[in-house]
Parts: sequence; structure tokens; C-alpha cells
Amino acid sequence: MSIIENHQTDGAPFSDNAKLRARNVQVFYGEKQAIHDVSLDIGANEVIALIGPSGCGKSTFLRCLNRMNDTIDICNIQGEILLDGENIYDPKVDVVPLRARVGMVFQKPNPFPKSIYDNVAYGPRIHGLASSRVELDEIVEKSLQRAGLWNEVKDRLHSPGTGLSGGQQQRLCIARTIAVDPEVILMDEPCSALDPIATAKIEELIDELRENYTIAIVTHSMQQAARVSQRTAYFHMGQLIEVNPTDQVFTTPQHSLTEAYITGRFG
Amino acid sequence: MTKLTTREKVEKSMAKRRASETRFRAYGVASVLFGLLCLVVLFGDILSKGTSAFSQTVIEQTLTIDGDYLNISASSTEDELKFANFEGLIKRHLKATYQPKGRSERRALYGMISAGAAWQIQAAVLDDRSLIGKEITLPLLADDAVDQWFKHDRERGFNDLMSERQLQWLNGWIDNGQMYTRFNKLFFVNGDSREPELAGIRGAITGTFLTLLVTFLLSFPVGVAAAIYLEEFAPRNRFTELVEININNLAAVPSITFGLLGLAIFINMFGVARSTPLVGGLVLTLMTLPTIIISGRAAIKAVPPSIREAAFGLGASKMQVVFHHVLPLALPGMLTGAILGMAQALGETAPLLMIGMIAFVVDVPGFINDPSTVLPVQIFLWSDSPERAFMERTSGAIMVLLGFLIVMNTAAVWLRRRLERRW
Repeated sequence: MSIIENHQTDGAPFSDNAKLRARNVQVFYGEKQAIHDVSLDIGANEVIALIGPSGCGKSTFLRCLNRMNDTIDICNIQGEILLDGENIYDPKVDVVPLRARVGMVFQKPNPFPKSIYDNVAYGPRIHGLASSRVELDEIVEKSLQRAGLWNEVKDRLHSPGTGLSGGQQQRLCIARTIAVDPEVILMDEPCSALDPIATAKIEELIDELRENYTIAIVTHSMQQAARVSQRTAYFHMGQLIEVNPTDQVFTTPQHSLTEAYITGRFG
Repeated sequence: MTKLTTREKVEKSMAKRRASETRFRAYGVASVLFGLLCLVVLFGDILSKGTSAFSQTVIEQTLTIDGDYLNISASSTEDELKFANFEGLIKRHLKATYQPKGRSERRALYGMISAGAAWQIQAAVLDDRSLIGKEITLPLLADDAVDQWFKHDRERGFNDLMSERQLQWLNGWIDNGQMYTRFNKLFFVNGDSREPELAGIRGAITGTFLTLLVTFLLSFPVGVAAAIYLEEFAPRNRFTELVEININNLAAVPSITFGLLGLAIFINMFGVARSTPLVGGLVLTLMTLPTIIISGRAAIKAVPPSIREAAFGLGASKMQVVFHHVLPLALPGMLTGAILGMAQALGETAPLLMIGMIAFVVDVPGFINDPSTVLPVQIFLWSDSPERAFMERTSGAIMVLLGFLIVMNTAAVWLRRRLERRW
């Protein structure tokens, strides 16, 4: 597959009811360009799946959405990303409240080396979301319930979060993220380190969370993309090739590269 | 020639591989054994020479506290008691009891009892004034030469250092059971002295403690703050690279240079009093800082980035990430580095010589601005003294120093295990 210069994204990258709008986003790691001119809308209360072969820039793009790339010194981002119409790369924007609005779940479960309770309570604590201990207890319980973990851990809230199984840890991380009550949740291959049963639970959870949150998920599993998402965006070598409703991408892909990828010819 | 299959080739190479592994293990065991041997020789030598420093020969004497001769009574003030001539009392007693003939015999007799004996009697009287006018029996400190003869030479039959008359007296005391050794308490409660039997390490230990306290209080917060700043906040540019190189350089600078620096800057420029734990601590801080910074940075680097990302992802600010997550996880490593740095400072001698801590200080320092010395310098001082009794005291002080080192290093290991078990 050769590099396509200045590719115009096929399909429907824009949405009428957009929560996040990315416009002409370019990302450079030092001299190397990782993202070429990507424009994409993420609609409110939808799950959008970002798929593509390894190194295509989908994770990099995802991390632009809550400015996690800021922690990398050599990373340089151009273009605009608007959250409810406000450019998050505006110099006046503080990343701390931004990340409280746009939460993130990582590839490898990364609970803090603290108790289950403290893991979930950490976000509300630093942002001052609970005015009393009772309120904090409520937030923790509600978050764990929504993450489908409450029944498994309610008797051992004060045992270490690192003592849970991989799938439970990842759900703990999701509970930790939703405890801050974000508007958008970014998930970077949240199931790649999990077994099929744990994966099924997380997928179910994503489907439920859609009611209240906007979710962008990076995944390597096309079945997963097909199961959980409404729209799918296909990235290839730093370019956004095609965005379409998920059923359409997996049945009648518009671009030949997308077709090649989903039929397993590379990736 | 038949062609070998892959399996046969692998089998063939196994013998060679196993042999090289066995050989490498043998090297490892040999080097560990060599290290242990050196340690055993070192410890054995020090123990064999030093244990006798913990016992002291005494000669029991029964004498009357003659109030008329001393010009004191039960109603005397403390000062009067302190200035009373107890030394003369002992001499008078010895002269009357053992009847030396002539000046040289008299001197030989008096020389067998330590100058500290007068202090012993004085202390007893100060403690209980009713003793004045009464007869008391006290184990008086023997002079260091007598002490050495009793502890070492006697068994070997080496009597060259004693005169005929002295040997008569000594053997008389031994036969009467008046002469024996007891635990050398003075070694632990006294400061330095010109008289070996009175010299102790309390001044040096207190000086060491105060010096290390100053060092720790200055170098740990500064070192940890520098490590955190350099690792977490500092931009990566030419300047921070330069700082980094210089910190690494500082760790390798010969310690005597720090002593000269301390002399020039702290003492000459800022007028800090010389020979004090304060200036010693300042100099050792300069020496310990790079160790703490380097180990602190390594500990911070070892914190998994996933923890940092998780906290950032939740909207924690840089400060919150550092103080809620990075620092608690890095602290065990930082503390270990700090304790190892302190252990290094504990054994440091050269820089302290330059700032006057080699002075002969008798008094035990009370605070960080009192003149004092430290254990390694005390060892250096004693090792240079001509009296034989100082040799065993040198080894004794080394044993105490090694004891402190072992305690500190054990504490470092224990602390790290303890803190790391927080999952």
C-alpha cells in the first residue's frame, strides 16, 4: 500500500450533534509527522470506534482529545479540537479541568497502589466533588455499580486495587474515570490485556455507558468495533481514510484500504 | 562425513554451553568467597585487637579520706571539694603503704595509678560527704602502662617495661586479689584525653551524631527537592543537561576538596565557627547531596509511567501527580539512597580534617556550635598516638563505627522492605 497524499476522508466524518470536533489536526513527534490533517466529529452519546493497523495514529489522535500528548516533550500538535465549541488547544485552556471533562481509560489496567475505595475516590477528592464523607461514599458506590464491579468488591473496598483480576482492574479504572463524571470517555484498547469473558463484560458496560457519555474507543478487534460502536473511523498511516456508520463500514466499505483492512489482508 | 541434524548440532553444543555456565558460576562463587575472606580478616584483626579496649585494669586500695589533710569537711562547698588535693592524698597513702625508697621508686609507684584515680575519689566524696574522715575501699584506675602489662604482657612473661620493684608491687596486688579488670565504662562516657585509660568516645559519638543530624536535615530535603525538580519539572535543555553532568561530577570529587571548599567558604567567608558539627555538617551535606539526588532521581524514574498517566487522565495537576503518586512510590528508594549517603558521611575523615575537626577536644559537645570531633577523626587521632593503650582503643572505636554502619545499612534494607510492602 502506498502512501496517499492529502487524502480527503471518505464517508461522513461530520456530525450534526457533535460533542467534539477535530479540525485539520496534525501531530508531529519531533520531525516525524504522526497525524496528517485529520478532521472528525464525535457525536454526543455515541460510541465511535477508531480502527486501523498498528502505528496508524489512532491512539495518538485519541490522546490529542484530552491533551495527554502534552506530557510528551517532543510532541507538537496543530489544528483545532473543539469541545462544545471551545478549542481545547487554546493557550487559555487549563488541562486539569479539561481532563476532568474528558476522561481516559488506558490499554493496560493501571489502578493506583491504593485501596479500591481510594482508587475511585481519588478523582472526586482532587476535584472537590464531594462535600462530605457520606457523599464521597455515594459517589464511590454509584461509580462501582455503573462499572459493574460493586457486587464483586463491596465487601473489600479497603483492600488493594492491585489485588483484583485483570478484568476487574480494568472495570475499576473505568469506575475511577466515571467517578469524576466526565462528559467524554476515551478508551485506548481497553480490552487488549483481557480474556474474552472480561472483554464481554467491558463491552456490555460500554454499551450502557453510552446513555450518559460520549465514548471514543481505539480497538484492534474489528468484532469489538462492530459490537460496541455506532460509527467507525478507519486510520491509515496517520490519515483518516474513512468514517461511516459501523454497519456500513463492515458491510460496504467505501475505500479500498478500509476493505483491505477489515477483510484481513493486512493489519 | 554425515551431515548433522539440527537436533544433533544443538546436543553437541550443549556440553560447551554447560561448561561455560559452570565456569561462570565458579568465578562468581570465588569472588564472593574472596570478598568474605577479606571481611573476615579485617573483622578478625580488629576484634582481636579491639576487644581488650572494653576492659580496664583497676587496683583496689583502701585509704582514709583525711579531712584535715584535704582541708575539707562535710559542710564544705562543692568548689572546695573540687579543689581539694585528692592527688596528694593518694600519693600520701601509697607512700605510707608501700614505702618506696628514694625519689625514683616513689615516682615509679605513683606512676602506676592513673591520674584519673583522684577524680574517682573526688566523685565518691561529692556523691556522699559522710565519707570524709572514713576509710574507703575503691578500685582505682591503673595507669595505661600497668593496664597493658596486666592485660597483655603478663601472660607472655614480657616484663621489660616494668622495674624490679614495680613487679614486686604488681605481683603483690595480683596475689592479694586487688588487681583485676572490669568493664571499661569510661570508654563510653568520657571525651578524649591524653591519658589512654581516661580517653573515651562519647565526645566523638556525640559529635558524629550532631554532624550527621545537620547533614541529614540539610541534604535530604534539598536532595529530594532537587531530584523531583530535575526529574519532573525541569525542561530538558542545555542548562539542565549541564546541571546533570555537574551533579554526577560532584559525586566523584575527592572528599578533601570539599574540606578545602568548606574552609574557604563556610569558615573564611561566612565566619562559621571551625571544628564544629555545624560546619562539618555543611561540608558533608555538599558531599552527600549528589548521592541523594542521583538515587532520588533513579527512584523517581522507577515509578511506572502508567501510574502517572492514570493520575493525569483523571485531571490531577502536575503537583498532585508528583506528591500523591510519584513521591510515595519513590520514597523508599530515596530513603535508602539517603541512608547510604549518610553511612558514607559517617565514615568520612578527610574533609573534616580541613575544617579543624581534628582538634583535641576533651568536652562532649552539647550543641552544633560546640567544638567537637567525629568518630573516624578520633580513630585517626588515636592511631597516631604513641601510647600502646591507644592502639586497642583505636580498634575499639573502629568496632563502634562499624557497628553504627551495620545498623544504618540494616535500617536502609529494613526501611525499604517495610515501605515497599504497601503494595
